[in-house]
Amino acid sequence: MDLEDTPEQAAYRAQVRSWLDEHRSEAPILQGPGALTDEDEIIAARRAWQGKLAEGGLAGVTWPKEYGGQSLGPIEQVLCSQEIARAKVPGILDSIGVGMLGPTIIAHGEEEQKSRYLAPLLHGDEVWCQLFSEPAAGSDLAAVQTRARRQDDGSWRLTGQKVWTTNAQFASFGLLLARTDPDVPKHKGLTMFIVPMDAEGVTIRGLRQISGEAEFNEVFFDDVALDGGSVVGGVGNGWGTALTTLMFERATIGLGSDGMGYSSTRFAAAIAADEHARVDSDVRHRLGEIASELLAIRFTGYRTLTALQKGQIPGPEAGLAKVTLVSGAIKAGDLIADILGPDALDPAGEWAYMISFLPGLKSAGGTEEILRNTIGERVLGLPPEPRLDKGIPFSELRSKEGAAA
Amino acid sequence: MNLSLSDEQVFLREAARGALSRFKTLEAAREALDGDKQALPDLWPTACEAGWPGLLIGEAHGGAGLDVFDAMLVLGECGRVIAGVALLGHLPATAILDAAGEQAPMLEELASGEKRAAYLPVCPPGDIEHGWTVDPAAGAARGSAPVASGSPGSVTVSGRLAWVPDAPGADLLVGVAILDGSPVGVAIEAGAAGVTIEAVERYDATRSLGHVTLSDAPASVLGASPETLAAAWHLAQALIAAESLGSVETALDVSVAYAKERFTFGRAIGSYQAVKHSLTEVLRELENGRSLLYYAGWARGGAPGEFPLAASAARSVAGRALDDAARTMISVHGGIGATWEHDAPLYFRRAQLSRRLLGGTGGATDRVAGELIAQS
Repeated sequence: MDLEDTPEQAAYRAQVRSWLDEHRSEAPILQGPGALTDEDEIIAARRAWQGKLAEGGLAGVTWPKEYGGQSLGPIEQVLCSQEIARAKVPGILDSIGVGMLGPTIIAHGEEEQKSRYLAPLLHGDEVWCQLFSEPAAGSDLAAVQTRARRQDDGSWRLTGQKVWTTNAQFASFGLLLARTDPDVPKHKGLTMFIVPMDAEGVTIRGLRQISGEAEFNEVFFDDVALDGGSVVGGVGNGWGTALTTLMFERATIGLGSDGMGYSSTRFAAAIAADEHARVDSDVRHRLGEIASELLAIRFTGYRTLTALQKGQIPGPEAGLAKVTLVSGAIKAGDLIADILGPDALDPAGEWAYMISFLPGLKSAGGTEEILRNTIGERVLGLPPEPRLDKGIPFSELRSKEGAAA
Repeated sequence: MNLSLSDEQVFLREAARGALSRFKTLEAAREALDGDKQALPDLWPTACEAGWPGLLIGEAHGGAGLDVFDAMLVLGECGRVIAGVALLGHLPATAILDAAGEQAPMLEELASGEKRAAYLPVCPPGDIEHGWTVDPAAGAARGSAPVASGSPGSVTVSGRLAWVPDAPGADLLVGVAILDGSPVGVAIEAGAAGVTIEAVERYDATRSLGHVTLSDAPASVLGASPETLAAAWHLAQALIAAESLGSVETALDVSVAYAKERFTFGRAIGSYQAVKHSLTEVLRELENGRSLLYYAGWARGGAPGEFPLAASAARSVAGRALDDAARTMISVHGGIGATWEHDAPLYFRRAQLSRRLLGGTGGATDRVAGELIAQS
């Protein structure tokens, strides 16, 4: 049992560290003195930095070499991310594109699509967004209603709405899951498309959250024209293609385990700073419970890495770490607000944003309830819930739902 | 990076499971609650055969020279079947003696299991409490550590320690006493003048406990550093955490099996979210606890300064996990789960007592906060 790198891993880490030492001065400054403040400038600078990371082999670590990657494994991806965090420089801007959407195109795309889209994606020249979730299709993603209709000339017309779309406001393309055949059961009538975000009929609107900031978007499609070459993975195969993306998403979330800054030491420091709170037995008990669980997921992360290193695939139980992380951070925010009082809710302070952000994070990447269903069924082997949508054409399902409501 | 069991550790665990499976420990636990103490199997010969008494004693003294994580694996197996094997008392005592080396009494006999030791649990100072303290027989106020007097060559120890695991029947008591204001390790023969061990039973008949009174009892002073003495307390925390998580594993397995086979309204009850989610919550707590056992096992050798934090965090999570697992086991089984007909009450009793021993789960939780606050 050890937490050390193998000699090969140590060599890779040293190589990444030396590249970062050499190029650190070229990274955009996002915090502290000299930090960029203009949103457009920040995006431009981060895109350029992503290009440099890609040239240095620090973006697309797991991508095949033929598409500009390094053909390395998930462990090297983690080592690379750790070194980027250690160097205190920004990572890649388009982590969704590089982590999930590019790999989906590599797995299911046509050769022309790969040669047209992958290099600009990896280098940050063209940012991508994920157009999957809809107002009425989140956890039940296969219920998407955005409709693509094939035209006589083989092109497509797209109408509908997507939501929770990160980076849509500056994205060049989106990977979109649409319904192409409503007369078959819902998982079967879906198709994946590449959508140019500057196409006529695409409207992007920021979606403000509790904090007041808009980190996500709603995206509307009003009779948007798509050419026949926009389909990824074949007509009617959209669900399988989407599962590939979601598999990469799970890997991304599972391995991005820097805990999003929600660490036991950070929360303890906030409490230690208050002379009264640090000796209050109730405060200490709450902190002790929160911190124990957050410490646990640090080592769950190491267990996941060990599994990867042995060539095993981490199971959905890694998802339980997300439940622990979010619930632990929620309790920590609550404890700190109890100590600091209304000042904790000052938007300029350290905690208000976190307190506002966490209720939504609970549902990010699938609601906690769905996650618990999945783990209960796949890990514990409990029987699934009865489903009322199996084998029923999507068009009939909708009218059934209407009648039931 | 390697946070997984070695082949030897898998073997150690499987061997422990096999050895304990020869006994009907759960039936015995129930009969013992009904007053038949003879029903409880004597598992010490099995432990000796397997080499568990010497797990933490160096090979030079006849032990296996393994580390705390290996000991935790064995305790986990004991917890799975609620087996009382006297290791919770014996192993922390041997850790102190092994560190003391040559001058430690009975080391070879303790390694073979011919003799049995019990650890006198004395909690080391924290960020607020500056003294060494002991669990009281009753109430919230903690007691003072035993006091030694005399010169290091010839000391006697006086003090009172309550709820000492595995004290009844032990040959040697090993713990901490305060000599001229400083903590020293002491070993006291259980049969010596001035030693009284009152066997006490509470709620879980498989758990052997004793109130220990020392009145000018003659003791050997051990050459063990304060860090070693503190580490023994944290080792005990890690061991009871491991044992508790073993019990959680069984409680979860039994509950899941029942949730698959019991039908209501035409469906297996495990298909209902209310049941499924409560079981995944137990799994979540179990997995967190397992990760912290790895943390504690790694820290003891790899980052000794973090061992108090790691062991306390493991204890804290494991204590809550066991309580939740036992309550969930009862509720998933419905009314029968709360009766003598079922094993669930045995796990519930184990949970309620375990959480109050060795400073309590609450004490460990406070220690986690204290360690982190002190580091800030």
